[in-house]
Amino acid sequence: MNEFSLALDERFRAAAVAEGLLDVAYDVLADTPIGPLLVGVTDHGVCRIWFDPEPERDLETLARLHGSRVLRASAPVDRVRRELDEYFAGRRQHFDVEPDVRAQPAYNQRVLAELARVEYGTTTTYGTLAAQSGNPRAARAVGTVMNRNPVPIVLPCHRVVGASGSLTGYAGGLDRKERLLRLEGALL
Amino acid sequence: MATVVPPFECFYAAHRAEVLGFLGRRLGRDRAEDAFQETFLRALRAYPRLEHGEHLRAWVLTIASRIVLDDVRRRRPPTTSDIDELPELADEHGRLPPFEELAPLTDGLPPTERAAVVLRYGYDLGYDEIGAALGSTEAAARQAASAGVRRLRKEQP
Repeated sequence: MNEFSLALDERFRAAAVAEGLLDVAYDVLADTPIGPLLVGVTDHGVCRIWFDPEPERDLETLARLHGSRVLRASAPVDRVRRELDEYFAGRRQHFDVEPDVRAQPAYNQRVLAELARVEYGTTTTYGTLAAQSGNPRAARAVGTVMNRNPVPIVLPCHRVVGASGSLTGYAGGLDRKERLLRLEGALL
Repeated sequence: MATVVPPFECFYAAHRAEVLGFLGRRLGRDRAEDAFQETFLRALRAYPRLEHGEHLRAWVLTIASRIVLDDVRRRRPPTTSDIDELPELADEHGRLPPFEELAPLTDGLPPTERAAVVLRYGYDLGYDEIGAALGSTEAAARQAASAGVRRLRKEQP
């Protein structure tokens, strides 16, 4: 697009936001210390953070879960962008932006609510989180919920490790899990 | 099977250049800017009520045509040539969408009635969608379509 239509494009996106017409506003944070992130935001908070974005697939998922009015728009994502910047710089230990997990099944929501209480710089285990969510034997199910966590980092599934202390797994890859735990000082 | 309505971003990215080109040719660059924004805002307002992803190009060009008509009419009394300002609607395979077959029949209708009849009977949109696309109401769209049909019946030999 030429300069004329780029300005026009931004103007339309801003008007769509100002009129409150979007189900999801999203933007790609191109360079974070753990690679590009696609961030989706609804009126209720941050509904999605993806590692290794693939816009074609990701936008369809957002539309299916939250409604078809999915549009790239930077302003609604600014708050998440700023809080993530501060987190990666070591200047933020707690996110003020609300996670929006309404599209998740009830059990996942319960586990994610428990996950939200795991504090910066600490770790817990899948079994502990399972017990706190009502069923001590559901460690494997909790692992699945962590794997499908729609808003990693903000909901800190990287702080959940195996009973032996091994990192076990991470939807964004073990490298990223290790990197986040080091950033928080939970790993030396 | 009907296709799923795509995420608005994909719909917008696929059609914005053509819509802007169309509006620029009809209205000139300055007026096209406002019309561009209004076209996609109307599409966005009506988008949740779409039931499938068919003919979206024709749909958005119809909205854009309507905005051109409104703009032209605000500036001077309408002439019959305004009615012919619907854009070329053949798809990339040269096929016309079903509602284009209605075009010759509805040529003589006033613009609002023509748009309502074509969208209702040619494109099978609901009156709420037509109202949204035309920037008016569901009741007004219903009234325009039935007035158009009555007028067509009267004109039959």
